[in-house]
Amino acid sequence: MTDATHDTTARGKPGPMLAADGTPLKRSLARALRMQKIRALLLIAPLLLFVLVTFIAPIADMLFRSVENDIVANTLPDTVEELASWDGASGETPSEAVYQALYFDLFIAAEAKEHTKLGTRLNYEQTGISSLFRSTGRNLDDLGKDYQKTLKKIDKSWDDGAFWYALMSGEGGEEVLESHRLQYMQLIGQSPRSIISRVWCVIRGIFYKACPTALEDIDLNFTPSAEAAQMLPATVAAYSDFAVFTVLADGDVVAEEDPWEAVYAAFAQDLNTSGTVDKIQSYSGPGQAELLAVTENLADLPAPDFKTTFLDIDKDWGKIENWQTIKIYSPKYTSGYFLNSVDLMKTPEGIDARPENQRIYLKLFKRTLFMSLVITGSCILLGYPVAWILANLPARKANLLMILVLLPFWTSLLVRTSAWKIMLQQQGVINDTLVWLGLVADGNRLVMINNQFGTIVAMTHILLPFMILPMYSVMQTIPPTYLRAAKSLGATNWTAFWRVYFLQTVPGIGAGSILVFILSIGYYITPEIVGGTTGTFISNRIAYHISSSLNWGLAAALGTILLGVVLLLYWAYDRIVGIDNVKLG
Amino acid sequence: MSDIVLTDTFKKPLGFHVAVAAAAGAFAGIFIGAAQGSSLLGIVVGALLMGALSFLAIEVLGRSAEKAVRWGILAMFALGGFLFGGLPGLVMGLLFGWFFGWFIYWIGFNRYRAKLVPYLTSGQVLWYYAFRVICGAIFVFLITPIIVVMPLSFNAEDFFTFTPEMLRFDPEGYSLKHYRDFLTNDDWQQALWNSVRIAPAATILSVGFGTLAAIGLSQPHVPFRRAIMAILISPMIVPLIISAAGMYFFYSRIGLQGTYMGVVLAHAVLGIPFVIITVTATLVGFDRSLTRAAANMGADPVTTFFRVQMPLIMPGVISGALFAFITSFDEVVVVLFVGSAGQKTLPWQMFIGLREQISPTILAVATILVVISIGLLTVVEMLRRRSERLRGMSPG
Repeated sequence: MTDATHDTTARGKPGPMLAADGTPLKRSLARALRMQKIRALLLIAPLLLFVLVTFIAPIADMLFRSVENDIVANTLPDTVEELASWDGASGETPSEAVYQALYFDLFIAAEAKEHTKLGTRLNYEQTGISSLFRSTGRNLDDLGKDYQKTLKKIDKSWDDGAFWYALMSGEGGEEVLESHRLQYMQLIGQSPRSIISRVWCVIRGIFYKACPTALEDIDLNFTPSAEAAQMLPATVAAYSDFAVFTVLADGDVVAEEDPWEAVYAAFAQDLNTSGTVDKIQSYSGPGQAELLAVTENLADLPAPDFKTTFLDIDKDWGKIENWQTIKIYSPKYTSGYFLNSVDLMKTPEGIDARPENQRIYLKLFKRTLFMSLVITGSCILLGYPVAWILANLPARKANLLMILVLLPFWTSLLVRTSAWKIMLQQQGVINDTLVWLGLVADGNRLVMINNQFGTIVAMTHILLPFMILPMYSVMQTIPPTYLRAAKSLGATNWTAFWRVYFLQTVPGIGAGSILVFILSIGYYITPEIVGGTTGTFISNRIAYHISSSLNWGLAAALGTILLGVVLLLYWAYDRIVGIDNVKLG
Repeated sequence: MSDIVLTDTFKKPLGFHVAVAAAAGAFAGIFIGAAQGSSLLGIVVGALLMGALSFLAIEVLGRSAEKAVRWGILAMFALGGFLFGGLPGLVMGLLFGWFFGWFIYWIGFNRYRAKLVPYLTSGQVLWYYAFRVICGAIFVFLITPIIVVMPLSFNAEDFFTFTPEMLRFDPEGYSLKHYRDFLTNDDWQQALWNSVRIAPAATILSVGFGTLAAIGLSQPHVPFRRAIMAILISPMIVPLIISAAGMYFFYSRIGLQGTYMGVVLAHAVLGIPFVIITVTATLVGFDRSLTRAAANMGADPVTTFFRVQMPLIMPGVISGALFAFITSFDEVVVVLFVGSAGQKTLPWQMFIGLREQISPTILAVATILVVISIGLLTVVEMLRRRSERLRGMSPG
């Protein structure tokens, strides 16, 4: 702006005003303004980026986790697909095809030890599923083992890993293999590396150390034969699972390992599918003789009955409720965590209230709101007189008293919380004093800690400075002459205070209240230490779900609701006070 | 100011000052009596004693003998206290004696009105003092918890309360053992070392980024200023437990959970709002013509920044840094989730101690932390005044 001057030669003539360098002034000014904006943004950019990555991204991740539910679809991909056609309200257990899909899904999940995670996840919705998955995972081998024995009797080669490898290998079956690799990666919760993370890996490789090879880039040293896949589809699928797992999880070579039991079960399944025998007879490739030998002994290899197998392992697989739960939670995104956060749940018939004894969250939210209101209220009550006296005393005295407000503000939160624990406990300072004064009998000491009272007192103390400081800064600007004017016009003390002074302090009260309320609604440490069981907040429950019950989805949903409330208040605060006007000390 | 007398002092009628003194005595008597076994006796004795003293001092001896009477009351109470309760009784007696000596004359000669305008009614005067007493009580509420921690940290026993030895001022009741424990215990030392390693790194990050951004934000034309400000201040507003949960989830995904770097980044972002707020507050009063003047005299932007702008906003930067430092140094929720056992900080160790109630070493640590906060508060206060002086505002 400073370099733009009036072009004196142009004065008096029509045409645009020019800057010193001959460009029109308007454009020159616009350019200067643009430069200023860019410079300002460049100064802000590093921090903005930093905050976005280290703070906003985590918050977004939490929001995402509150609806994310891909564990069912990732662990049991084929089962979920088969279940789609099952009507949960029909009262019938799902069809054989579902149990078959479940067998192969669960087999690899059990090998990768992922089935317990799914069990834990579903257990949040239906008690008992966790142990069902656990026990089933242990007993899946038996079915395949029987077939393995029978086949071994027919021909020794069926027990040999190298023979299987030769039979399954060939050309043209890459698609089958890659789809199973992707399934496995989803199972263990890994997604293919994005371009961004590939770039990051290159940078990391230069400065620190290289990333491990991406799972999708590892050479499996195995290609299923398209011919075998056409003849024995289930077997090739099961063998592909086996191959992927052998290389990616165990780091072994496929050709040297004996296939797992699921491959034998799949083989028996294929043999009993109509048309397979014809295809085998017209087949000419590795293992032709052994395959023909098997077709001659088909009677010894009956089709596997997956449903019976599962019911034998655990009769709970015949329970409709368990299947309903799996079906309800099979979509990739769920509102289940949010419903749980407000004491509702999903049923096949729709959304329903939880049983009476499981309804805790609404109560907890109400308690959090109620206690935050009480804390805000007591902060107003205690803060108002103090702010008034600070604003009306001579500056020297006020500064001295201000230290008494600022010292707690600067003192560590844990110091203040521990101080209250010491003061409030039954053998603590307050009770000791009361007993010494004889106001309370020794055997009858007051219970002031591990309940709501303790939380309210301690948190009022901790948050009081946040109320006093905004009130003080507002009261400082109110001239004392107003009160005197009101009184000289005939107002009583009370009227003068209420109609003249108090109204002018409302912005300060509003600012302080919102600040205190926002801070108290999300408090964790103090309620955890002095709150016991009745004085805890929703935050304590969130922390419990993150670190103890490991129900992260529910923790995220509870957190999202809390965040919503806080952001609403934050917005109100911004509208009323303006974030720029936050003052510290 | 304090020497101005707005209302004349004069001797109050006999009935008034004796009654008030007796009431005060009765009130004090409730507690002393209760402590000795009988509240009723305490009330009666207190009222009689104070009434008689007031009569004696105001009516018989008068204003001329004030000094002697007050010393006499002090000595009498001290002696009485000592006979009743030993050393603690002596201290209590001295306090009571000083207070009542002053109180009798304050009431008896109408001194309580000296600084008030003459037209106030008695009710207004009463309210004036009642209000001050209420405010005093609130200040006591604010400061007591912090004060109580200090003597308790010298407790010779492993108790969280005053032992009889301590109340008797018996040297046996006091010791430095909790401080010794703090200085020798590996857990505490490791925690201290971790705090010292994390807080400065986080502070440097947030001050570096924050100061630049604050300068950017205080330029006259910033697009989306409000939205950017809202994002930058949000770490202070979002409940810590939510930040902690989000960071825990996200940092586990990218492998930062349980690392030193992860905790430093998390603490840095928590400190940023404080830096932004303090530095922009200093920049609000910044006179832009100073940079123009510097440019006019041939200084390039870098020189202008370091020689003109920087010294002026330095107080804001330093107090922002102190805020960021104390935020990281005191922070426990986020480190609890983002850190692992290797990053256990001092507040974390205190939190464990409080939850499982292991040792009063916490009190020693708390005392040390209070002393540190007093130091920081002093520095910030000095900086604020300096900044206001530099910007030509009167301190106040």
